[in-house]
Amino acid sequence: MPVILDPTSERRPAARERLDRPPSLEGLTVGLLDISKPRGNVFLDRLDERLTAIGATVRRYSKPTFTKPAPVDLRHEIATQCEVVIEALAD
Amino acid sequence: MTAPALPDGLVAVVKRDCPTCTMVASVLRQLADGDTPLTVYVQDDPSFPEGLSPVHDADLAVSWHQGIDTVPTLLRVEHGKETARTEGWSRAEWELLTGRRDLGEGLPPFRPGCGSLSVDPDRVDALRVRFEGGVLRSRRVALAALEDEVEALFDRGWTDGLPVVPPTEARVLQMLEGTRRPPDEVVAVVPPDLEPVTVEKVAINAVMAGCRPEYLPVVLAAVEAACTDAFNIHGVLATTMPVGPVLVVNGPIRNAIGMNSGVNVFGQGNRANSTIGRALQLVVRNVGGGRPGGVDRATHGNPGKVGFCFAEDEEGSPFEPLHVARGFDAGQSTVTLFAGEGPRCIVDQLSRTPESLATSLAACLRTVHHPKLPLVFDAVLVLGPEHARVFADAGWDRPRVLDELHARLQLPGGEIVRGAGEMAEGVPEAFASATLPKFRPDGILLAHAGGGAGLFSAVIGGWANGAVGSTPVTHPITP
Repeated sequence: MPVILDPTSERRPAARERLDRPPSLEGLTVGLLDISKPRGNVFLDRLDERLTAIGATVRRYSKPTFTKPAPVDLRHEIATQCEVVIEALAD
Repeated sequence: MTAPALPDGLVAVVKRDCPTCTMVASVLRQLADGDTPLTVYVQDDPSFPEGLSPVHDADLAVSWHQGIDTVPTLLRVEHGKETARTEGWSRAEWELLTGRRDLGEGLPPFRPGCGSLSVDPDRVDALRVRFEGGVLRSRRVALAALEDEVEALFDRGWTDGLPVVPPTEARVLQMLEGTRRPPDEVVAVVPPDLEPVTVEKVAINAVMAGCRPEYLPVVLAAVEAACTDAFNIHGVLATTMPVGPVLVVNGPIRNAIGMNSGVNVFGQGNRANSTIGRALQLVVRNVGGGRPGGVDRATHGNPGKVGFCFAEDEEGSPFEPLHVARGFDAGQSTVTLFAGEGPRCIVDQLSRTPESLATSLAACLRTVHHPKLPLVFDAVLVLGPEHARVFADAGWDRPRVLDELHARLQLPGGEIVRGAGEMAEGVPEAFASATLPKFRPDGILLAHAGGGAGLFSAVIGGWANGAVGSTPVTHPITP
């Protein structure tokens, strides 16, 4: 019986329970992350207006470049300041 | 498995199937009668040499762990440590090692030994697994008896669409012989899953790609270079553009591992060229988790994404090599990674002056990705030997060629604004009266490669350059 070696990282991210969906966004802090693709801001501006209209507090963030993962500090900032995050990809 | 302890005194390792060993049996009897205790290990026939109560090294553990390459080997051991060694029969060496003056009367003064069974090509792989397999940390995957081992690797999603070599313990240990780096050393953190990759994991994927052990240092260097923030393999993988890592190898290792820098340099047929880039891509796939349709969102991709690696023809080049131009010593082997698409041929069979040829090359370079898009993309220009000779004959060196190309690649804003030439693509109207360079100052990488016949060069277009995209990275190759 041939035995081979696993070529993968052998690490699987631990499955984590998602938070329950909030019944309403009213009074919550919603982060909008612009990944810095052109015109993503057009979409996010409109979301900003609509979320503000229903009583959410909106905070805006952007990645330095869409080609690289969000820096650790930015992810931490969003996680500590917001209850909900929306990430937009547009082109 | 730990090494068996050696007894103090003199230790000989022999096999009957070795004429030198049978010849020195009488010498061993002389030594056995002396004051220093003698222990004889025999690899094959447990009764040889007669009368000396040899210890049968049946599993070759002593031979393996003592690094015996030749029989007979004579060792002197003090307090469990080897203090002297001689291989084959040399009266002078044996007398020096034993302190005797009367050994082997009637024998010739010197006779070379034979190969030890522990380095027999038919046995060495199995022995390495038995005695050194413990260094491998990866999960063992036992394939079912009726499972075809090549199909099994497809089924598990571990291939790039072509068959891979099953990474058995024996093959991976053999691959690891290609580097001095320990198997558990972390080489890099591989996007997109940001997984640490060890020398061992790289070796496994190099086996699968079809590499020989001597290619491993190049693969390791390529993995390190790809996972830098500057090269940004995450973005290279994720982009909708067709690029993948293009590897240009420079320095002595090109010839040491038999790479192709000549005829059909980008094509099939050379094992090192074909497998080194593939090994890098398998690491990105299997360790980093980057797969087409997953994080890899390329609209078209290109066939070079299976693996695109070639060597620069330094010996035939009139210019200093690419890695020297990028700050390395000529004697240092390097790999340069460029986020590139497939190569495209530039034909100019009539230019006999450097000015004419430079103008031709510039006209084709202007079309990289779109003739109206400046500054966004880098390119590798691979000059064929017959084109390079036109420049060399005119005394143009590398900086001169690049300067002349850049001078011919200054694009008038009026030609490249949106709508000009009845094409919507282009730069904003605000640049209408400006002049924009097609490439940033270091945006053309010049290399020399290809067969000796053909007035051709090749251009490899890049991806978004600089901090928002990918910057070419030249990385040293270390043993």
